[in-house]
Amino acid sequence: MSSGSYIRRPNRPLQFYAALFLIVLYVPVLFLPLFSFNDSIYVRFPMSGFTFQWYIELLDRTQVWDSLMNSIKVGVTTAIISTGLGILAAKAITRYRIPGRGPVVGFIMLPLVVPGIIFGVALLVLISRLGIPLSLYTVTAGHIIVCLPFAIATLIPRFEGFNKSVEEASADLGENAWWTFWRITFPIMLPGILASLLLTFTVSFDEFIMAFFLSGTDATLPMYIWGQLRFPQAFPSILALASIILLVSFILVFLGQWINRNAHSDSLESSTDT
Amino acid sequence: MTQDNAFISFRNVNKFFGQFQAINDVSINIDHGEFFSLLGPSGCGKTTLLRMLAGFEGVSSGEIYIDGQPMSGVPPHQRPINMVFQNYAIFPHLNVRDNIAYGLRKQKLPRAKRLDMVDEMLDLSKLPDYGDRKATQLSGGQRQRIALARALILRPKVLLLDEPLGALDKQLREKMQLELRALQKTVGITFVFVTHDQEEALTLSDRIAVMSEGRDLQVDTPARLYEYPANREVASFIGTMNFFDGKVVSVADGEVVINVDGLGEITASAGTDPLLAGQSVSIAIRPEKLTLTHEKPDDAQYSVKGQLNNAAYLGERSHYYVDVGGVLQAVAVSSQNRNRGEDTGGQSRPVWLSWDSAAIVVLKD
Repeated sequence: MSSGSYIRRPNRPLQFYAALFLIVLYVPVLFLPLFSFNDSIYVRFPMSGFTFQWYIELLDRTQVWDSLMNSIKVGVTTAIISTGLGILAAKAITRYRIPGRGPVVGFIMLPLVVPGIIFGVALLVLISRLGIPLSLYTVTAGHIIVCLPFAIATLIPRFEGFNKSVEEASADLGENAWWTFWRITFPIMLPGILASLLLTFTVSFDEFIMAFFLSGTDATLPMYIWGQLRFPQAFPSILALASIILLVSFILVFLGQWINRNAHSDSLESSTDT
Repeated sequence: MTQDNAFISFRNVNKFFGQFQAINDVSINIDHGEFFSLLGPSGCGKTTLLRMLAGFEGVSSGEIYIDGQPMSGVPPHQRPINMVFQNYAIFPHLNVRDNIAYGLRKQKLPRAKRLDMVDEMLDLSKLPDYGDRKATQLSGGQRQRIALARALILRPKVLLLDEPLGALDKQLREKMQLELRALQKTVGITFVFVTHDQEEALTLSDRIAVMSEGRDLQVDTPARLYEYPANREVASFIGTMNFFDGKVVSVADGEVVINVDGLGEITASAGTDPLLAGQSVSIAIRPEKLTLTHEKPDDAQYSVKGQLNNAAYLGERSHYYVDVGGVLQAVAVSSQNRNRGEDTGGQSRPVWLSWDSAAIVVLKD
């Protein structure tokens, strides 16, 4: 086969490795949807039959819906606040000459690498010292800390991708900083902002450790799932629930990436041939 | 030219970036309706000066006046100027029409009036059918026109242009030069144009400020910059120039006698700067003001024998390089090829160079 350049020449061992990698990564996950359709409360082979029973059973559990609503509330609030803060931080990082920029960025990104359990304990200690009752608000606060680095990491490339002379041009054409932001910066940033909203919502929606430490009486969905694991008869329904969450998370993250990439190629076009 | 009636006035302007002095005590006055160019090599401070005029950079000391108003503390969006950026800075998320109409928001015009104005600008830009195109789908020349239209629609008092033709290929650039010049005459707005291309500056400008290392070396009309450069830097930056070292022998009645290495004693007009006997000077002669002959000319004011060692045929004219005894660098001569079949080349052989005193520029060292 003479097709393809040197760098694109097919390499059998590497193709095999890539396939193996994806299998190891995703096959365990695929057991969840697989067994969620199994007509038995036990997770074992051979499977006994196909059923939608567990999905239907989910509909009757009001706790599922309550915790789902809690998770959505926390997720939406977290997404909006952390993306909003992320816009400001990303703009500051990319537009201004800040003394000690490197360490500052490092500090902001720290929650990505600090174990959630440490942040969870630390926040729990602080919040109980301050006498603030644990609630969905405290969970949201914890989630904002976790999500902020994701928002910033998504937004910084967008800010770097567009030429700052368009902002200068807007000022030159008579618009002050506020209008320049709304007429130029925001629309150009919009795909990045949407991607950040989707990503931070997903991270918050799936987050367990912070919610475990910081929630009061209202449980988020991952906590509800955790609680239900004690009851064997509830397990198939949990599998069904997990399958739904898995699907929605996949869709949201892919959507975010797709929006961001499509818009990227569009604006890069305008900045490359200058 | 007094400072009081200048339309734009830089007065003792300095600019520091940290320790680096980008602009060094620049004072320039620009008249109303003038096509004024800032010319210099990259890094000479011309773009910094333009950005200070636009308000994107503050002045470290000194003051800039536009139409009599001091500009320090006035943000870019409140200055009566508009700018065409080097990369055009077209808004990528807007179509051509919305790009052009961008600055009209504040004027609170009725929608119909606004559309009329945009259509008028599209016609003026020779892009009448492009209103609905995405700005990112345009070619370099088209973007440049949109950037111009977007600025001119606001009828600014001053239009700043930061190397707007630099990204275009040669043919398109020459076409746009003519258009730009015609446009400036039509709209009558003061243009301040930044370029490193001396030919472009000479073609377009009413006056040019030649800059180097943050200083304005000379501000003058293109013809005077070329014919009467104020110093050696300007003389060598604009066009090609032959320099000879010499010493002043005597000064009298507006004429100066100079003993020039390799050429002997030469008389020239003394110019405005006072010269003293014994002072070291350079004399400068443009290549096209030298005449090259095979025999010693009878009627020339001055002539010198040399050795032709290199020739380049360029079609309309030829360049010759002649070694003259006592002169370090080969003297460049440019002559028009008026006669077909003219003997233009030939290898090393003796020739005569001749000139008259009007061709000479005396420069203090």
